[in-house]
Order: sequence, then C-alpha cells, then structure tokens
Amino acid sequence: MTYLVEMKGIEKHFPGVHALKSVQFDLMPGEVHALMGENGAGKSTLMKIMSGIYARDGGEMRVDGTTVYLDGPRAAQDLGIGIIHQELSLMNDLTAAQNVLIGREPRLRFGRLDEAELNRQTTEIFDALKLNIDPRASVGSLTIARQQLIEIAKALSYRPRVLIMDEPTAALNDAEIAELFAVIARLRADGVGIVYISHKMDEIKRIADRVTVMRDGAYIDTLDVAETPLSTIITLMVGREVTQSTPEIPDTSQAPVALQVRGLTRGRDVRNVSFALRRGEILGFAGLMGAGRTEVARIIFGADPRDAGEIDVGGAPVDIRTPNDAVRVGIGYLSEDRKHFGLATDMTVRANIAMASLERFTGSTGVLDEAAMKRVAQDHIAQLGIRTPSDMQAVRLLSGGNQQKVVMAKWLLRDCDILIFDEPTRGIDVGAKAEIYRLLQDLAAQGRAIIVISSELPEVMRLSHRIAVMCEGRLTGILPGGPATTQEQIMELATRRDTALAPAGD
Amino acid sequence: MTTTTHAPKSAVSRIVAAGTHQRVLAFTSLIILLIGFSLASPNFMQTSNMIAILQATSVNGVLAVAVTLVIITGGIDLSIGTMMTFCAVITGVVLTYAGLPLLLGVIAAIATGAGSGLASGTFVAKMKIPPFIATLGMMLILKGLSLVISGTRPIYFNDTPGFSEISRGSLIGEVLPALPIPNGVLILFIVAGLAAYILGRTVLGRYCYALGSNEEAVRLSGVNTDRWKIAIYAMSGSIVGVAGLLIASRLNSAQPALGLGYELEAIAAVVIGGTSLSGGRGTILGSLIGALIMAVLTNGLRVLSVAQEWQTVVTGAIIILAVYADMMRRKRSS
Repeated sequence: MTYLVEMKGIEKHFPGVHALKSVQFDLMPGEVHALMGENGAGKSTLMKIMSGIYARDGGEMRVDGTTVYLDGPRAAQDLGIGIIHQELSLMNDLTAAQNVLIGREPRLRFGRLDEAELNRQTTEIFDALKLNIDPRASVGSLTIARQQLIEIAKALSYRPRVLIMDEPTAALNDAEIAELFAVIARLRADGVGIVYISHKMDEIKRIADRVTVMRDGAYIDTLDVAETPLSTIITLMVGREVTQSTPEIPDTSQAPVALQVRGLTRGRDVRNVSFALRRGEILGFAGLMGAGRTEVARIIFGADPRDAGEIDVGGAPVDIRTPNDAVRVGIGYLSEDRKHFGLATDMTVRANIAMASLERFTGSTGVLDEAAMKRVAQDHIAQLGIRTPSDMQAVRLLSGGNQQKVVMAKWLLRDCDILIFDEPTRGIDVGAKAEIYRLLQDLAAQGRAIIVISSELPEVMRLSHRIAVMCEGRLTGILPGGPATTQEQIMELATRRDTALAPAGD
Repeated sequence: MTTTTHAPKSAVSRIVAAGTHQRVLAFTSLIILLIGFSLASPNFMQTSNMIAILQATSVNGVLAVAVTLVIITGGIDLSIGTMMTFCAVITGVVLTYAGLPLLLGVIAAIATGAGSGLASGTFVAKMKIPPFIATLGMMLILKGLSLVISGTRPIYFNDTPGFSEISRGSLIGEVLPALPIPNGVLILFIVAGLAAYILGRTVLGRYCYALGSNEEAVRLSGVNTDRWKIAIYAMSGSIVGVAGLLIASRLNSAQPALGLGYELEAIAAVVIGGTSLSGGRGTILGSLIGALIMAVLTNGLRVLSVAQEWQTVVTGAIIILAVYADMMRRKRSS
C-alpha cells in the first residue's frame, strides 16, 4: 500500500530553536493517525510543514509517492491537504458563509460575488455535517464552540484527502465531540487520511488507528493504538515513568478569607460568579476554551469593567476599577501571554523585577536607586532560582520558565498576597514546569492566596487544593482537590450547559 | 446555544445594517446641522448655497471614498492628497504640453492614480513596510515629482476648452434647469455608487473586509493576500485619479504645490462616517455623510460669519467626538 503522505528526515530551525530534528511521519488512506507529545514537542510545527504554512529546512515529503515542495497553503490545498488550526482563524466581521468559502467565493462575471449561491453552498455543507448554523450569521457573534464547528466545516468543504486536526475538540462538549467523531468515521470510510493531534488520551483510544509520539522536536515511535496501553504512550511522551503525584492538601478551612467574590457578571462572558479564596490556598480554575476563566481574572484585576458583582479583600469590600486599584489592595495577575502583558522583554531582568514597585526605589528627586534595585533583583534571582548570567540580562534571552519566574518576582516584590496565575506553564518545558509548581506550593505555604487558571487538567489536578470549574461564563461547581476528584467529574462540570438558555433543536 | 436568534435577512438589508449605528448617528448629526444652520441664517437653505456645499464636498468626498477601501483593510493611505495633485499634473502634461485629446487626459489621470496605488500597495504587501510609513514616503515622492515635472509652475488647461466642464458644467442642469447640480457632484455620487457596489458585491470588496478582519486567517485560507492588497491600493489610487481630474477641472489648472492636507480631511470624513481605523468595518455611505458633515460645517460657519480659524477648531472637535461616540457604542455592544 502506498502512503498518502510520507515525511522523512524533516528538519526545521527557528531563531535559537532546533524545532524539528529529523522527524518522520506517514499517513495511509482511510486511517486516523494520532500525533502526540507534550507542548513544544513539535507537533504543530510538523503539521504546518505538511500543510504548506512553513517551508521545511531539510528532509523529504512525498504525496502519493511523488516528492513535493509546498510553497504555501494553497499548494497544499491543491494536493488535497487541509488543516484545522488550533487557534481559531476566522474573520469575525464576516458571516459564517463568507468565512467557509473564503478564497473560493462563487463569482459572477467581472469579479462580482454571487451571495445567494455562497449561502446555498454553505447551507449544503452545514446540512451535510448536521450543523444548525445560519450561514448569514456574523461569526463574531457566535460562541467559541460554534466558531470551532465553522472552522471544521471550512476545512471539510475543500473535500480534502488528508485532513489535519489540531486539538479540534478543545472547545466542544460531549455531544459535539460525538458529532465530530461521526464525521471523522464517514471521512475515514471515504478513504480520507486524518492526522489527529490531541492531549486527550480517551479520544485517541476511541478513534485513532496508529499513534506517533514526538518529544522535544524529535521522532520517538509509531505504534498501533489497539495493541498499546495508554501508559506506554504517556511514558514515551514524557520520556520517563510518570508517577501520579498527588498534592498534599493543607487544611485551610480555618484560615482567614483573602478574597471573596460575589455575583461577578460581565455580559455573556461571566455570569454571576461567586467564590471565596483563603490564605494559603491554591484554587484551580478548570474549563474549556472560552469558559470565562481568564475573563473572571481580568475583572478581579480591574483590567475589564464588570456589569455587577462585589469583591472583598481581607474581609473588607474594595472598589476595583483599574489594575492600579487591584495592585494597591495586593492582587497580582500573571497573564497567560507573558510577552505581551507581563514583561518588557527588551529590558533587563532587574528593570522588569522592579517595574511594578518603582516608587520604592525612587528618592524625593525622582531618581531611581539602581544599587537598591540591583540588591533586590539579585535576592529574587537567588530565591526563585532564576537562571540568568546577571540581573542585567535582557529578559527576551531567558527561557520561558525563567521569564515566568521574573514575572513572579515582580509581583512578589510588590507584596501581592493574592496572586492569579493564568496558564503559568504555557510554553514551558517539563523540567521547568515542576519548578514552577514547587514555587506555587511554597508561595501558598507562606500564606499567600493563589488562583491558578489552566487548560491542562493534569496540571489543575496536581496543583489545586480546590478546583473551580466553569462553563460558558458560569461557575458550575467547586470540587475538592486530591485523588478524590476525577478528570471525568471535572469534564462533566466543564460541559454542563445551561439548558434553559439553549433554543430548541440546538 | 445562545440567547440571540438570527432572523433571516436579505443581502441588501444586511449590507445596510453593517455599521448602521454610527451611520445613523452621523446622518442624524448631519440633519441637526442642516436644521440648526437654516434656523440661524435664512441664507443657508438657498438652493445656490446647497449646491455650493455639494460642490465643496466633491473633491474631499471622492478622496474619502478612495481611502475608505484602504482603511477597511486595516491600512491607511497618507499619499492621496499629493497623489491627487500628481494625477492632475500628469493630465496637464498630456493635455497642455502634448496637446492630446481630452479623453486621453482623463485616462492618464486614472491610470496615474492606479499606478501610484500599485506602488504603495507593493511597498505595503511585498516589502512589508507599514502602510503609515510606506504612504508617508509616497506622499513626499509624489509631491516632489509634481514639482519637478511642472517646474513648480501651474499648468493651465486653456487649450482644452471642455476640461473645465468636467467639474463645473451641469448635465443635470441641461435637463432640469431648476437644479443646476454641477458635474463634479454627479461624478462624486457615481464614484461612490460604484465603490459601494465593489465593496458590497465583488471579490475585491469581500477581501477588503476579510483582510481588515483577520489577515492571517485569509492567508491561511490559501488566498494570495499580497496580490489582493496591491489591487485594493491600486483601485483606491484610480479613484484618487478622479479626484485629481475634479480639482484640476475646478481650478482649470494643475497646481503642483497643492495637495498636502487633503489626505487628512478625507481620513477625517471616513472616521466621522463610522469606518474603523483598525479595519474590518466601514461603508462608503458613511464616508459620504462624513464628507458632507465637514462641508456643511465649513459652509454654515462661514454663512454665520465665524472666522475660518474657528472652523478648523470645530472640525477637529467633531472628529474627536465622532470617534468617541463610536468607541462608546463598541464598548457597550461588546
């Protein structure tokens, strides 16, 4: 049997990173081939090469046995290779139909659009997928889950022979996932080869035929899913035996309440969210993409206005309208996007650590006390184990894990007793992750109150003393941390929709 | 799944509905201004004064229409003012220096605009120079070229008698003597109608909105975004060529020193009309209303004998108010 796609010895370099090291991958018609590995293993990079978005630096790619060079996504589409991206790539100002058929609009003469035909074709595509979406609906007004389904419909409308799905179920509930899997089964029966990237082990067992594991930009192994126990796949992914460590959960029930939130509401994003956080406690926030976790954090931090709700800090009501207000009552927010919101990456470690506390280093003349800043920066570098040649190193030259520690140092210096971590280990390698976890636990042990927002369930389960779960802007439940709570319980809450709000037939 | 339901709408009503709010706001402001000025001065509502306002709108209106296309893509074009002059100068070269027929002069103006837009578009799309910088450079290049080609002297169109009719004649007035609307105004409405059609009904227009909404997504969909962007700048440039014809015809000369500042007036009209400078949203009708508001303000304040210096101050304040109103609306709706 000839391979639909065959990749051998694929090399890819980015500035300062050897992203792919002689990676191989192959795909047969009518199979679902899972691609697994931790964040940063190179899965998405490999698939972007297969779909023509990146050019390969070395190696060979064959389609139907013929060597091909793809000079863009169009070339891949012409070969029948389609991709559903991990991040939504839709145009919010356009309608669903305009998005699905972008680049292939039905035309009349002289470059005029045939809008009626556009909507008709899209309706056909939606009908075939049993999607109940108005093709004329503006995409920006739809929920994340619906947008994801439009993205999938768009990829399928190219009638691809190879379909790459990069975490397609991240924002879908069980019913929608079942629908998607039904579509995948039909495609497979038609001889389409499917590459399926997912972190969800149960999904791999349900639909994949083979699995290829990558680690640190290198190819590890390709296995038959039916014959391979999940623990073997996990071991290959992380490169060592994984012992499921359970956190030691301190009894904080008598500790004073650090943060109390009642009835927090902002449009459709956050609806009536209430919870309490005690000193010394780590409260994890779990949920699917678009569940409203980051939005809750941003409201508490004053980065976004709220429609309703009250916030108490240390037992007293506070009026937080701007991040400045939040910092003054001791709340720090570590954004998931460190490069954009957390760090001035071209400035030094010292400058970044002092950034939020400059008045502390300012004399009456307004001149900064560099010597004091240096002392404090070096203290924090030692305390948090930041690996940097000196406090004068530019932050952009540090690794992701060390950048995260610089952000932590900044907020610790600011004496924040309430710290909100949004995806604290995103883009950080395995070793550094463990260190960040230990630091978070130390901070809690020192009596700080900590919120951790994470999309990775194992991370939430490993860190949290209690787990708050959100779905579509509502807090659907708070579960105890530790081994008593299972992944299934969390997922049940994370997909518990408010049925009263859904229109009939939805 | 959501609380909102999407009632089926016709394509036409949807095009009208896009960005309706700010346009309604702008349109209401325009009506209020008209009523206010006519109450303040009996001279304001005279037919001749209304025609003067329309005539004063024509050049800025055409430029606003041109730059609307580019702004919807998320870009900006600072060169349209001096590009307009450059087109007029080239027309002068064709008609007065070379003595060629009128039609060739018209073609030369539009082709020169399209060519200049093509150059700007290439800088932006292929060389990845930010639109602000690329068109700032083009603005100076075209200004300089106009001065060099003309030898810094105006080029008069005295040898081409039909030329001044382009702007100042009145085809409508020949049919309806009571309504001597100048051709310049007629051309503005024809250009605006065409541009609205292009934006709403053609592939080029679709990619204007798509690029402004999420350029990366369009690129990943396999669309040749560079080529379309260049095409949009070229289309915009050819409309600037029409503005060049209008102003040259109105002055019966190509004035090489003219042009700077026109781009900002046009951008102001676009912004007042509700087009988002971050791209993805906007309409031609809005820009047209924006241009009218500016002309009505200038004219009305002059009729009320307000000093010209103050007219400029008021225009500036209107721009800030218009954008603030738009941002307030967005904040509420998001």
